[in-house]
Amino acid sequence: MTATGIGAAVRRKEDFRFVTGKGQYTDDISRPGEARAVFVRSPHAHAAIKRVDTAAAAAMPGVLAVLTGAELAADQIGHLICGWMIHSKDGSPMKMAPHPALAAGKVCYVGDPVAVVVAETLAQARDAAERIKVDYDVLPAVTDPAKAQAEPAIHEVAPRNTIYQWHLGDAKAVDAALRAARHVTRLDIVNNRLVPNAMEPRVAIGEYDRGNDSFTLWNTTQNPHVARLVISAFVRVAPEHKLRVIAPDVGGGFGSKIFIYPEEVVCLWAAKKVGRPVKWTCDRSEAFLADAHGRDHVTHAEMAFDEGGKIIGLKVKTIANLGAYMSTFSSSIPTYLYATLLSGQYDIPAIYCEVDAVYTNTVPVDAYRGAGRPEATFVVERLVEVGAREQGIDPAELRKRNFIRSFPHQTPVIMTYDAGDYQASLKKAMELADVKGFGKRKRESMRAGKLRGLGYSTYIEACGIAPSQAVGSLGCGVGLWESAEVRVNPTGSVEVLTGCHQHGQGHETTFAQVVSDRLGIPIEQVSVIHGDTDKVQFGMGTYGSRSGAVGLTAVVKAIEKVEAKAKKVAAFMLEAAEADIEFRNGKFTVAGTDKSAAWGEVALNAYIAHKFAGAQLEPGLKESAFYDPTNFTFPAGCHICEVEIDPDTGRTEIVGWTAVDDFGKVVNPMIVEGQVHGGVAQGVGQALLEKAVYDKDGQLVSGSLMDYTMPRAEHLPTLKVDTTVTPCPSNPLGIKGCGEAGAIAAPAAVINAITDAIGTEDLAMPATPQAVWAAIRRAASMQKAAE
Amino acid sequence: MPAVSMTVNGKAVTADVDPRTLLVQFLRENLRLTGTHVGCDTTQCGACVVHLDGVAVKSCTVLALQADGCNVLTIEGLAAPDGPLHPMQEAFREHHGLQCGFCTPGMVMTAVDIVRRKGHELDERTIRQELDGNLCRCTGYHNIVKAIAAGARAMKGA
Repeated sequence: MTATGIGAAVRRKEDFRFVTGKGQYTDDISRPGEARAVFVRSPHAHAAIKRVDTAAAAAMPGVLAVLTGAELAADQIGHLICGWMIHSKDGSPMKMAPHPALAAGKVCYVGDPVAVVVAETLAQARDAAERIKVDYDVLPAVTDPAKAQAEPAIHEVAPRNTIYQWHLGDAKAVDAALRAARHVTRLDIVNNRLVPNAMEPRVAIGEYDRGNDSFTLWNTTQNPHVARLVISAFVRVAPEHKLRVIAPDVGGGFGSKIFIYPEEVVCLWAAKKVGRPVKWTCDRSEAFLADAHGRDHVTHAEMAFDEGGKIIGLKVKTIANLGAYMSTFSSSIPTYLYATLLSGQYDIPAIYCEVDAVYTNTVPVDAYRGAGRPEATFVVERLVEVGAREQGIDPAELRKRNFIRSFPHQTPVIMTYDAGDYQASLKKAMELADVKGFGKRKRESMRAGKLRGLGYSTYIEACGIAPSQAVGSLGCGVGLWESAEVRVNPTGSVEVLTGCHQHGQGHETTFAQVVSDRLGIPIEQVSVIHGDTDKVQFGMGTYGSRSGAVGLTAVVKAIEKVEAKAKKVAAFMLEAAEADIEFRNGKFTVAGTDKSAAWGEVALNAYIAHKFAGAQLEPGLKESAFYDPTNFTFPAGCHICEVEIDPDTGRTEIVGWTAVDDFGKVVNPMIVEGQVHGGVAQGVGQALLEKAVYDKDGQLVSGSLMDYTMPRAEHLPTLKVDTTVTPCPSNPLGIKGCGEAGAIAAPAAVINAITDAIGTEDLAMPATPQAVWAAIRRAASMQKAAE
Repeated sequence: MPAVSMTVNGKAVTADVDPRTLLVQFLRENLRLTGTHVGCDTTQCGACVVHLDGVAVKSCTVLALQADGCNVLTIEGLAAPDGPLHPMQEAFREHHGLQCGFCTPGMVMTAVDIVRRKGHELDERTIRQELDGNLCRCTGYHNIVKAIAAGARAMKGA
């Protein structure tokens, strides 16, 4: 390993512009003649639109246009779509309700966009937006997913508000296991609804060039090509070859910036109508209503154990709230990204999962860091921990008895785990966390009047999304391969064009590390380009912890092609047989001689083309690869959380956090650790602080950062982060991926620790001081009643 | 429209502004200093922190007119134009105290102000408490805390 190669903690190339304020986020961009857009959104969760009166608004100073759903429909702009088909048990397709970018006819959630004002300045647009009068006939709101199927249908296409009733696994085998079980652990679990809140709010700038009849969209998207495809092919705002999508610096995504939303569609459409670039910047309070939310499952789960504490069956029934409309990937989150992970790290012979996805009058729900896997991990790891307590078995010991130990391992829920060593991560985590000393620490806490608890989360996830045929057979409408182009310049510098996208993950550095390492050229000589559909060939973007496993493998495959061609060029230069050319550390040598050519000389020769005829070899040195993974990858690990609780206030302090993760091989350990830190923070946020709260009328009560508690530095501890390594067998770099693991592992570890401390399982997320305090008192009064 | 005059990063500026204009809007849109960011609308997030007459303020909660006659320092003015990075900026890079970079200008400006008020030897607990007004969604604050402690020490020599 060199100082800048694979495995080195290289400091990031992109940081200079970020620490000096020279980043180019979408709101930093100002297009000449730019007009500003403000959306008018429904204040009601469910209402018929009787009339939209735009006359007063249109007459306000500086207003260029006021547009509604009626104009959108008249221009035959298509609907937003969900791109993953899920079929119900009875074979019927999911009930996808029509989703226009501006509501017409009715509104289905507070925040549903109804009209847009385009004006010269933002202040003028805001002033005019206040003058739009909408007559609504308010309808009753469906807000509770657990009750939605008994309420009147929001959408005609979905009776009982049921989008699909899906299942996976073997119901008969599981029922038999439950009957035969020595012990059954049963839990009712709510996976709390979250608001992603990336620090950069969403922005869209739509621009139309009348001379070329072409469109440009600057957008805070995690996947510019996918946005381009959906907007052209499905929403039909512009033909694909006439639409350029640019995602410049993007300030965090966590999934919320994957989806194709109404606002970018409207900005593009409006730009053509007014003949000016149209820019929309989301306010934070607006983001609470405009960005897809995450999680929101209600689950009943039962885990069957035999007399030795071996898990013999798992039965799960989940109601998944998808909100008012189906967002772009929404259908897949509680199905193929959830149920397929219910085996956890354990050898479970029988699993059955039923999922009912429902509509409610709430913001649409879709992927948010972890996307289905945090939900699965929480179910499994709570069942295992509670099961251990109920059976009087140490929770680490129970896990050890059930770990999968031989690979590859076919689970009963589609996934085949390729390689792992769960025992190793548990052992290392227990040592680092000093589990042995916990008893002593607990007694010290007790002497100080505090409660102390320890909780495990041995998680696994499937990422490196995804093998195209596999997901295609499961209903996904797109392939999930990735592309890379490696362009060697005549002067020997290299540009890597990737279909992945960075919004915090450091690809400008890590991708350059891989190229520099493989080609033996200085890392300063390598540039990474992404985020512009005019520059980069089609790519699927970044989410699902895929950029390392899938994106970098595409880069490696392109590098291999470059090396092969460069050797051919070197062979001509050195007048040797191609088979005799060796390439190492940036130098081409003829085997067994001291004849050599440097990288730079070979690059130049490839373009000058004096040493070979066109008939023998094409000039140039640029290769492209599209890589389709052969399997998901399976990062896994053990997180141990230790908490101290003040029983008088219910306040939880995390006094220790140990994370031992197996991410396979790692390109930049500093960046990987950063991903664990950030993921854990989001998981702790879910467990202790965050919840998107709706009242019975469908008003989002937690509608700003004043009401929705984001994790702050004070809420989080310093983490102990380490790794074990079982290389991923399915890609040449051995990478499993790391972006989501912290968010997947953490919630169960926190709740397992708190329930250990307070001695009751009757606790829901978020475990706020109030919730913990109440749980302690409920348990105490039940204890008293029992005596 | 009333006129406002102030010094920003050492340069005198004057403009006519709508009285509702926030200082952050004035910086970003009138002066095209887009390093100061808007992350929220309730003064929670801290992405907009600048120094006003030497004191950290949230520029989203200051009207441009309130800064009339004042000295404003933004992230762009922290290091000399062609000079090396400010020690706090360098510390953030060295310790991987940023991922997407959006909260970073506000974090750095707040950090420099913490040093002004609390000195160069900052313990973890103090830093975490002092960051109450700065949100980050990417880093979990882990490396931000390390960066600020290191930056504070490095500022001592400077």
